[in-house]
Amino acid sequence: MSTEGVIYRVAGPVVTAKGISPKMYDVVHVGTEKLMGEVIKIVGDYSIIQVYENTSGIKPGEPVSNTGLPLVVELGPGLLTSVYDGIQRPLPVLRDKMGDYIFRGVTAPGLDRKKKWDFTPVVKKGDEVEAGQVLGTVMEGTMLHKIMVPISIKKGKIDSISAGMFTVEDTIAEIDGVKVMMMQKWPVRVPRPVSEKYQPDVPLITGLRVLDTMFPLAKGGAAAIPGAFGTGKTVTQQSLAKYSDAQIVVYIGCGERGNEMTEVLTEFPELVDPKTGQSLMNRTVLIANTSNMPVAAREASVYTGMTIAEYFRDMGYDVALMADSTSRWAEAMREISSRLEEMPGEEGYPAYLSGRLSEFYERACRAKSLCGEDGSISVIGAVSPPGGDLSEPVTQNTLRIVRVFWALDTKLRERRHFPTINWLTSYTMYNKQLEGWYKKNVAEDFPQLKSWAMQVLQKESELQEIVQMVGSDSLPDEQKITLEVAKMIREIYLQQNAYHPVDCYCPIARQYVMMKLIKKYSDLAEKALKAGISVEKIAYVPVRQRFNQAKYEENIDSELEAVGKDMDTQFAALGV
Amino acid sequence: MANVKVSKEYKTISQIAGPLVFVKKTDPVGYQEMVNVRLSDGSMKRGQVLDSSEDLVVVQIFEGTTGIDRAASVRFLGETMKMPVSKDMLGRVLSGAGEPLDGGSKIIPEKELDIEGAAINPWARDSPADFIQTGISTIDGMNTLVRGQKLPIFSASGLPHNEIALQIARQAKVIGENEEFAVVFIAMGITNEEKQMFMTEFERTGALKNAVVFLNLADDPAVERIVTPRLGLTTAEYMAFDLGMQVLVIMTDVTNYCEALRQVGAAREEVPGRRGYPGYMYTDLAQLYERAGKIKDKKGSITQIPILSMPGDDITHPIPDLSGYITEGQIVLSRELHRSGIYPPVNVSSSLSRLMNSGIGKGKTRDDHKAVSDQMYAAYAEGKDLRGLVAIVGKDSLSAKDRKLLDFADLFEDRIVRQGVDEDRTIEDTLNIAWDILKELDVDQLNRIDRKYIEKYLKK
Repeated sequence: MSTEGVIYRVAGPVVTAKGISPKMYDVVHVGTEKLMGEVIKIVGDYSIIQVYENTSGIKPGEPVSNTGLPLVVELGPGLLTSVYDGIQRPLPVLRDKMGDYIFRGVTAPGLDRKKKWDFTPVVKKGDEVEAGQVLGTVMEGTMLHKIMVPISIKKGKIDSISAGMFTVEDTIAEIDGVKVMMMQKWPVRVPRPVSEKYQPDVPLITGLRVLDTMFPLAKGGAAAIPGAFGTGKTVTQQSLAKYSDAQIVVYIGCGERGNEMTEVLTEFPELVDPKTGQSLMNRTVLIANTSNMPVAAREASVYTGMTIAEYFRDMGYDVALMADSTSRWAEAMREISSRLEEMPGEEGYPAYLSGRLSEFYERACRAKSLCGEDGSISVIGAVSPPGGDLSEPVTQNTLRIVRVFWALDTKLRERRHFPTINWLTSYTMYNKQLEGWYKKNVAEDFPQLKSWAMQVLQKESELQEIVQMVGSDSLPDEQKITLEVAKMIREIYLQQNAYHPVDCYCPIARQYVMMKLIKKYSDLAEKALKAGISVEKIAYVPVRQRFNQAKYEENIDSELEAVGKDMDTQFAALGV
Repeated sequence: MANVKVSKEYKTISQIAGPLVFVKKTDPVGYQEMVNVRLSDGSMKRGQVLDSSEDLVVVQIFEGTTGIDRAASVRFLGETMKMPVSKDMLGRVLSGAGEPLDGGSKIIPEKELDIEGAAINPWARDSPADFIQTGISTIDGMNTLVRGQKLPIFSASGLPHNEIALQIARQAKVIGENEEFAVVFIAMGITNEEKQMFMTEFERTGALKNAVVFLNLADDPAVERIVTPRLGLTTAEYMAFDLGMQVLVIMTDVTNYCEALRQVGAAREEVPGRRGYPGYMYTDLAQLYERAGKIKDKKGSITQIPILSMPGDDITHPIPDLSGYITEGQIVLSRELHRSGIYPPVNVSSSLSRLMNSGIGKGKTRDDHKAVSDQMYAAYAEGKDLRGLVAIVGKDSLSAKDRKLLDFADLFEDRIVRQGVDEDRTIEDTLNIAWDILKELDVDQLNRIDRKYIEKYLKK
């Protein structure tokens, strides 16, 4: 089998070569500058290659060589805190090598080859080990990085294993004569195996009231955030990355804005992880393939990110994977498909769009890994529907797979209601599975309070229709109070300022207290109304002003307590 | 150009279609290589390779294929398209293909740069954080522009987007700093009249001496229109990151650019995406817009104000839609406001600046800026809703508080939105006007503003 060939044709990122006889998805080097590419189609003697770098000036006749291997990522110590492009080239290293712009033909390994790590074995010579079992550990910042038996070794006996300082390429152990190093390679398009998948029943706590209370995502589940531009997809994704209770965050900036990635890159290192007190970056892997970087690398970026997420799941961690935006990924598929002159499906997207999306989201799961630990990957995919039209193919195909839908709304954005998650159109299908957790860990009546709040909001939207027609004056008093309570739920509870130091994160216990206070107001108002007090007086009790401001106060918890007391005294003063 | 070998001429054109010429039996030709075509009358046309294989090379001709026959000879230049750049370009007027239009001499290059540019490494980017004062309240106060941002104006036919662009070009400054400032003005497919207006205005205000103007007019070939912004942005990059200048790039009209893209795509018989625009339009536009920004450890910056007219006033049309996904916000113009005689007719509710928060506040604009703008957004939105209600039930049936909101919406349009074409408001002016109209509301209606600012700025 020949591995050397020549270029036959160049058309944008798609290059046709002849002479190599590759397998599908083999990685090849194209041209004298050895640009990296991947074989995506084989027609007779011709191989069609998608090239991850700019192909300007590349000529027919230049050499092509086949590595014989599929696109892989390097897994091992050094992943955390890294910033990669779509094919796992570290961006800081690229900048050192070629300056402020990304030119082509530069390679850089995903893991630092020189750095030494302190390896501590947990098994000893003579032990029987299996694929995925933990051999030993390395402290990577504050995270315990577990070194596992490569999946390629099914079973074996340890001939030797040693503690000490090693690089990722040094031999740390020998299993049945096979040398094992800390670094493993894994093809990005193949899911890593687990021993058993579970039904998710623990919520991913995010500190965002509207999500944790109203539309929770289970650990190991998948959520979609579709929204027209400017509705705050990225802000929501970033809030989740910052505050969710996942132990590892993989953030994929797929075809998005450069300045936005810069914001992530500058902000994350400065942010403090509320649980460890360390920089958030210590538990994060960032993948940045901005919109003007090569489109084929954009296509690969989501797989690169997912494989890294799976590696950490296999150690028994809860991983949150954010993909911003899956629409750009789909567009990359469309662009490449159209260069291949494939028969298009809906709106020019390839017919395999739906299949690729499901394959990707199916890699989200809560599972027992091969080493016996429970881990999970929760996927939060942003979708950018053109013109905000949710009937377009990417959104529709995504909604068929994911079980949580956070609908972002332009109207709410215009009112500066943030996060712009529409409480009427969003949904979660994990309510039942998670109810037990909420009852046990928050309060027995939490699910009940939540459905009460949803009912009030639902009622409000019905009443609003009437108000639009005849004005609010003509409503009966109880309904006016319902509107006031709904307004409190919206303004105090649902609205949350992601940039405010106190309000940006609301622990679930506090969420319960706030909701309980709103319920308390509602109950008192109802009583007051029965006692013949006017709606005006009920609506303008001074405590509401204090309640509105409470979430921005440093001493928020004692402030909320005071709000509760004020409520009692002020309503008592009204004569309740 | 020194190392370019004398290359062969081919007389093997097999097919000519639209802007494309197909050449057979060539030696290997590079993708995106530049091409000269000599016509039988001796005149020259330029082009670029779109698709290169051993058997056939597809060339896209910039000036259109009129006059080309199969006897024309084709010469491949062995290099991709370059832009000669130099500091002396300031004050020059160039064609859409980079040739002097002002009767001046050819540009003597200090450097020749590839016009496609390369992507800035996200790791090398610096976060935009410096406030640019445009003197327009709806932008400075409500949708703040910062250095390194790309903030388009979404307009439509018949609206005064050109006046606004010129006003920004004239008034834009960074407070308290005295740095070299340059404007790169890229016109794509504008009419001759528009060109006259821009040039007169540039000369009237003396802005031309700090500007480089690229003019691709409506009757220039469509393919050239695809090259024009790349020439302009390459020049801007040179000025910003080689010379350390603060560059403002104004591009008008992106819609014409996209039409050219569609035209060329159709000629290439590509599979079209939405509404016939090519499937790669997002990537293509990103390659223009993403050239805005700041780079760590470099003095200069590129700020872009692309202008696009929304066909049929439709913001969901692919051009504004894809742009909105790449740019950091948008300034949307409103036909309604324009009809009621308000200049600049900025529709504040649907406008947005994503980088606003990083450019405002204490030390940048003023401590109360964010709170004031949030409050005005919310109150204006409520006031506008009430207008609909008043049309049905009349003003009398509103509560006193609602009536105040209703009046606020009118005041907002009259005092904040409306201003003169030559009125250059400082950010202080804008915020003071804001407090002046906010005081018409009850204090408990100011629920977005911290009490300390209310005490500090609200004068009853």
